[in-house]
Amino acid sequence: MGLKQNLHSFKMKNKDKKWLPAFNALFTFLYTPNETTHNGTHIKAADDLKRTMNTVILALVPCLIFGMFNAGYQHYLAQGMIESADGFLGASFWTLDNLWIGIVKVLPLVVVSYGVGLAVEFLFAVIKGHEVEEGYLVTGMLVPLIVPVDIPLWMLAVAVVFGVVIGKEVFGGTGMNILNPALTIRAFLFFAYPTWMSGDKVWVHGATAAAGTPDAYSGETLLGAYAQNSSLAGIDYWDMFWGIIPGSVGETSKFLIIIGALFLIFTKIGSWRIILSTLIGALTMGLIFNGVVDAGWIGESSKFYGLMSVPFWQHLIIGSILFGAVYMATDPVTASQTNKGKWIYGFLIGFISIMIRVFNPAYPEGVFLAILLMNVFAPTIDHYVVQGNVKRRLKRVKVKAA
Amino acid sequence: MSKDIRVKKGLDIKLVGEAEKTTENAIISNTYTIRPEDFHSITPKLVAKEGTRVKAGETLFYNKENEDMKFVSPVSGEVTEVQRGPKRRIDGIKINADKEQIYAEYAKLDANANADAVKAHLLASGCWAFIKQRPYDVVAKADSTPRDIFISGYASAPLAADLDYVLEGKEAELQAAVSALAKLTEGQVHISVPRDISSVFSNLSDVTTHKVSGPHPAGNVGTLINKVAPVNKGEVVWTLNAQDLVIIGELLLTGRFNAERVVALAGSSVKRPRYFRTKIGAEVATMVYDNGVDKDGNDRIISGNVLSGKEINPDGNLDYYSNVITVIPEGDDYEFFGWNKPIFNKVSTTRALTFSWLNPKKKYDLNTNTNGEHRAFVLTGNYEEVFPLDIYPLQILKACMYKDLDEMEALGMYEVAPEDFALTEFICVSKQPHQKIIREGLDLMLKEIG
Repeated sequence: MGLKQNLHSFKMKNKDKKWLPAFNALFTFLYTPNETTHNGTHIKAADDLKRTMNTVILALVPCLIFGMFNAGYQHYLAQGMIESADGFLGASFWTLDNLWIGIVKVLPLVVVSYGVGLAVEFLFAVIKGHEVEEGYLVTGMLVPLIVPVDIPLWMLAVAVVFGVVIGKEVFGGTGMNILNPALTIRAFLFFAYPTWMSGDKVWVHGATAAAGTPDAYSGETLLGAYAQNSSLAGIDYWDMFWGIIPGSVGETSKFLIIIGALFLIFTKIGSWRIILSTLIGALTMGLIFNGVVDAGWIGESSKFYGLMSVPFWQHLIIGSILFGAVYMATDPVTASQTNKGKWIYGFLIGFISIMIRVFNPAYPEGVFLAILLMNVFAPTIDHYVVQGNVKRRLKRVKVKAA
Repeated sequence: MSKDIRVKKGLDIKLVGEAEKTTENAIISNTYTIRPEDFHSITPKLVAKEGTRVKAGETLFYNKENEDMKFVSPVSGEVTEVQRGPKRRIDGIKINADKEQIYAEYAKLDANANADAVKAHLLASGCWAFIKQRPYDVVAKADSTPRDIFISGYASAPLAADLDYVLEGKEAELQAAVSALAKLTEGQVHISVPRDISSVFSNLSDVTTHKVSGPHPAGNVGTLINKVAPVNKGEVVWTLNAQDLVIIGELLLTGRFNAERVVALAGSSVKRPRYFRTKIGAEVATMVYDNGVDKDGNDRIISGNVLSGKEINPDGNLDYYSNVITVIPEGDDYEFFGWNKPIFNKVSTTRALTFSWLNPKKKYDLNTNTNGEHRAFVLTGNYEEVFPLDIYPLQILKACMYKDLDEMEALGMYEVAPEDFALTEFICVSKQPHQKIIREGLDLMLKEIG
């Protein structure tokens, strides 16, 4: 008895208080509620939305942990204080020093993201008198993983408030939003504070502060380098695959993202249709560009040459297309809701991502723009898919009449 | 003639407490209650006031819109109470049964009777109540001529009564009923039977049998309709429950309305799940407490199956259309970290730390807990896996919620009944009441379009 009974009687005693949803949100984290079915099905499957969201978070945790180590590793590596790690299990990567930078720089991002975001969610739940919905649990985890490590916390807080309120709550909360909230936050940061979100200084901790001093070092991402027809020294394809490269906090390790993707697909939480079709779309666009280069239409002097000449498969291991495909595009609320629509939706995300990547060298990471764009078009795709079913139904009547 | 239907999408929910194949005569219930709410959308006009003595098969009330459509008493006895709700709505008509049953004598049906005669006969004798129509899943309109008639001879719902067992030896009645029904339609009488098993329906004439295989809802009549010939706009089809054919058949053969029915008492709370011979409207207390559930147990008694049955009290009664009473434990308790710990003892279609996929044969003891709170629709694509009809389930549910009649029609509302959405409701992560949403959507269409 004990705790459970006390909490239950507390809930009963305060059942008409306005702030009760806030209490319930915490209570239901500890205990699934004692609600029973009424008429309708008398039994229910084991899954609820919390479990679903929790599964996605589980898939994200390895990326977060890796990101924490990588933050420190890139910092020390750029300063020349450590040897570059050789492969995923390299000795200079999994060190406490690296983790410490991660704890100091990355954990606060997580705390601010969750703290601010959940505060807004609780506030809206209390005002509107509904239960606190779980959508932010995943968003709050995604946000720290897709921002540069050195982003000021106040900036993140402002963006989170904007993203949750404008991206989600004004539409009616979880399940009603049109745009992916995490990407709305990302887009807000990108357009409101462009200098913080792009360029060659923000991706490695300390690079901005050191700029202009004799100790200055580059904080550039691979993608940025490619966009300028150059490359980063000392990085091979395996580094890209394992993820020991500069980039947003959690999106660098393709290896862990693939593990996460397999987990999501296995648990049937993530849509394999979207993940697969996004990759197919990206590869297709990559192939087209390779073809353009091979045909000699674009010379080496062109500013598009750098990224266009990247072999098509490499697009998957540079930048965050994989992260976007697995964790962002699959958000069921903002993606296409029909199975056929998911194929089209994913394919176009991949296709447009690479197109933006190549044609927008100032900010070459097009994944988030492509996903946001397709978020907007997802209902249209669904509409045409559903119309197929509707037309079939109408045709049946006509055949009958004829 | 026989055709095969293979259903791929669906889910068999295997539960503990399947009824053993022994039949007892239920201790004769003293009181029987008929609830007009069983006949959805019918406004009753009471004939048998309190104190009236009725024979079995004599009219209790008729349809306000069609005086010919009678609803009759399952037993002979005295009407002791007419329970009324708000606005003097009739909630229930309670009848104290006589020890010796007297039947109202109707004419036997001439084998050469024409459609009008059959129809008039069914309407007058109360058997019309067993005929439901789609669109709208309501008692069929008397002036309609159905395109086809569909009957499910395959009970695939969890813990459903085995139709072959309960209908054993009733071939004559079944044949009489389907032959009469065949006269009422321009099309055919379609019956689904389980594949591989010879069924009491296999040798009927005047019908088209379809061999059905696959997981639930393969046996639902809605699935049969959708696979054979979906309902188009402007068409009407009728559906009947297999066990009700026996009552219709007996009436046609003997002229008596015999409301007797073999029902399964099933569910994990029942000590000895088995079959009972009882009558429509009987109080369930006599059955559930006799070697059934504990008197002070915390249980849910359901008239019908666990997916689309009706919650009743122990002194409640068997409803007009059910042939199963299910008793499962109530789940009104909190569960510590129920949302993130691995779950082995509940059914799930995902593998999100739920492990029912490891052991598909295992039988589960599920309770009535919702396993989570009500939320907005979030996940997509999961309903389609258990929904075999050629309809977009999520989209049609949403259309019902925002009451867009055109869209509801376009997406296939004429084809569905609430029970078709039982499985999507069961697996719904957002715990939305799908069957209620569909019922309300159908009611709205019935009111606005008719």
